Amino acid sequence: MNVSIKTIKDITVIEAEGNIDSRTAGEFERKTVEATQEEDKVIIDLSKVEFLSSAGLRVLLMLYRQVKARNGKIVLVGVSEEIQDVMENTGFINFFILVGLLEDGVKALS
Amino acid sequence: MATKAQTFSDIRIDYYPTHEHEGIKFRRGHSLPFGATTVPNGVNFSISSSAATSCILVLFDRGADQPFAEIPFPDEFRVGDVYCMTVFDLDVERLEYGYRMDGPFAPEKGHRFDKNVILSDPYARSLGGRDTWLAEPNWDNIYPYRSRLAFEDFDWEGDHPLEYPIEDLIVYEMHARAFTKHPSSKVKSAGTFSAIKSKIKYLKDLGVNCIELMPIYEYDEWENSKPNPVTGEILVNFWGYSTVNFFSPKAGYAATGKFGMQVDELKTVIKELHKNGIEVILDVVFNHTAEGDHRGHTISFRGIDNKTYYMLTPEGYYFNFSGTGNTLNCNNPVVRNMVLDCLRYWAADYHIDGFRFDLASILGRAQDGSPLSNPPLLESLAYDPILAKCKLIAEAWDAGGLYQVGSFPAYGRWAEWNGKYRDTVRKFLKGDEAQVSEMAQRIQGSPDLYYYRGPTSSINFISCHDGFTLYDIFAYNEKHNEANGEDNNDGGNDNHSWNCGWEGETDDVEINFLRKKLIKNALSILFVSQGVPMMLMGDEMGRTKKGNNNTYCHDNELNWLDWSLLKKNKGTFDFVQGLIRFRKAHPALRGSTHFTHSDYVGSGYPDISFHGTKAYQMDWSEFNRSFAFMLCGDHAKQGAIKDDMIYVAMNMYWEGLSFELPQLNRDRKWHVFANTDMPDKESINPIGKEALIEHQDHIIVGARSMVILVGK
Repeated sequence: MNVSIKTIKDITVIEAEGNIDSRTAGEFERKTVEATQEEDKVIIDLSKVEFLSSAGLRVLLMLYRQVKARNGKIVLVGVSEEIQDVMENTGFINFFILVGLLEDGVKALS
Repeated sequence: MATKAQTFSDIRIDYYPTHEHEGIKFRRGHSLPFGATTVPNGVNFSISSSAATSCILVLFDRGADQPFAEIPFPDEFRVGDVYCMTVFDLDVERLEYGYRMDGPFAPEKGHRFDKNVILSDPYARSLGGRDTWLAEPNWDNIYPYRSRLAFEDFDWEGDHPLEYPIEDLIVYEMHARAFTKHPSSKVKSAGTFSAIKSKIKYLKDLGVNCIELMPIYEYDEWENSKPNPVTGEILVNFWGYSTVNFFSPKAGYAATGKFGMQVDELKTVIKELHKNGIEVILDVVFNHTAEGDHRGHTISFRGIDNKTYYMLTPEGYYFNFSGTGNTLNCNNPVVRNMVLDCLRYWAADYHIDGFRFDLASILGRAQDGSPLSNPPLLESLAYDPILAKCKLIAEAWDAGGLYQVGSFPAYGRWAEWNGKYRDTVRKFLKGDEAQVSEMAQRIQGSPDLYYYRGPTSSINFISCHDGFTLYDIFAYNEKHNEANGEDNNDGGNDNHSWNCGWEGETDDVEINFLRKKLIKNALSILFVSQGVPMMLMGDEMGRTKKGNNNTYCHDNELNWLDWSLLKKNKGTFDFVQGLIRFRKAHPALRGSTHFTHSDYVGSGYPDISFHGTKAYQMDWSEFNRSFAFMLCGDHAKQGAIKDDMIYVAMNMYWEGLSFELPQLNRDRKWHVFANTDMPDKESINPIGKEALIEHQDHIIVGARSMVILVGK
């Protein structure tokens, strides 16, 4: 799993690639928490993520809680249909704004 | 200060290992809580056995054929009978664990240890092995039912059990898979926990405010599977009354079971149901386990502590009060604590609103099988602080001949499935003689059975998963269980049913009208009776199981709810929906105390009065098949709320009868709310639009029909 971080305007964009499961969730957590520490506009681009396990979903929810505590917003981009189903079935989807493309995410946070 | 405390907690010495075995680091663990629990840096394992001589912890990576480690518990890790160990650096999400227990194999002394078998943890929070419904398992798996941990950090967002007063409940008994599995349900992930969410709007439209889920604890659908002798289709355990693990939800019922996310999925459904005002009661099966008798498989309990977990004969065989091979030894203090821990867990962690206990009379038997007058388990559950607001409902009988309807040890808390209500109402509905006086008890909340306990002890039902559907009660005289592969010998024979003149489906218009009318009569009685009404999934749309009264083994249309019936039997649905609204609108129907048969508020009428074809003159004789009762709304909730007068006439005689109506005071008039003798559209009126009766002194009640009036 790879994580890259960039900034568009005042938005922190985290792009993940690969599977986020118990083997990689720790690294994903470390990198994203570090990158979003002071930020209140966050996009997580999951269009290159194939699978999110329970542990991966929990990292997302934890990030949501942290950003929300600063009255910030978090947007998920490019979540595959299968992951959306899993998020729907396990209730995680209710916490997030989901958009298709990165520019939609930027628009949603601008 | 907070920062300081955190610093201290970081340097607790038990966060670090002291031992190592095959590269795995561990230390002595904590004896409580039982099961596997995540702790900082590791997982704490704790399990008890009163007779094992040694124990080995067996660790697998998810789905692996062979374990990656087997760690014997050093003797210094044992506290009394409890083996406990904290293992470090485990991948909690992928971990599967089990135990090997060594000890004597001496069945005559109650011991059945076998260290070659890897045993499932009775306290496991989720189970692997049957992750996807009916996916063919690896039959050579050395460890088929694998204990797993579960993430227990669900975000409930302020959800709380609803804690409705029990007399306000309208219970809908549901099978989690059967509810949406039929293609006609047209939902995503059909047949799963998650799909229930897609039908919440339907449940709200119908008006029910509580679902009672048939067993959802992990069981094995493959247990006793065999081909259907008629069709060759595989017969499975569909109902699930055979628990493998009491703390784990059935993964095969979850759309996400294949990812091991069934815990989150089920909690999401419960949260959504609560948000929509619907309580969740679980049907729990603590009377036996899936391990069967002495010929059964060793999965868990039998290999851990056979003598503790099961009631055994002096020769070491299994008592069979459950009719399924073994009997859980519920009043052994260790087992009693497990049951209590389990229910506390479901109430606290899953926000469950109540429990219905299958064959609950077994829970009141002593370790030698004899009935106890003061069973400690039932008392513990009744007084437990975590369960204090949960509904506790007993199926107050067992397969060993104990029948306790009306006498179940209640401690002021337990309600009962009222089997006598079911039987009396069915007999009355089909026109049997000598039912009227017992019916008068049943519609009052059975004060003959629950005089001191009140009507809220009576869960009233006419049909449930066991036996005929409501439609089949009036379409079949006899059971038709050939498809179950037991030569029609399974299932009860005391159905108290009547086919209305033709066995099974017919095009005869008159017979079909009569059947629909009898269904409407049945539901009318159910929703105007004092006590707690429970209806069976699908009865609101005329569901049939084709005369099969024991469909435990069918994963097909015999159990799946056919949603197209909703269109075919819209009149029945509308009628039930109207009845539920009526019940909700009239507190006089939902008393929490018994009637006094007197006027204690000065309204000019007693709280309840009985009538025949002449007002105030009930015919109690054996040959009579009709009667009426009137509730005085001024007595609703013991006079705390003002309600209308309600008059209900029931005529199960084969000819129409004229009922003289009691006179109303204060310029009130009788209005018709429901008349089951009318065609669908005219058989029920909306609340507030009940039709004024032209002649206020009498009403004609058709043959085998009912009329419900309001006086306002």
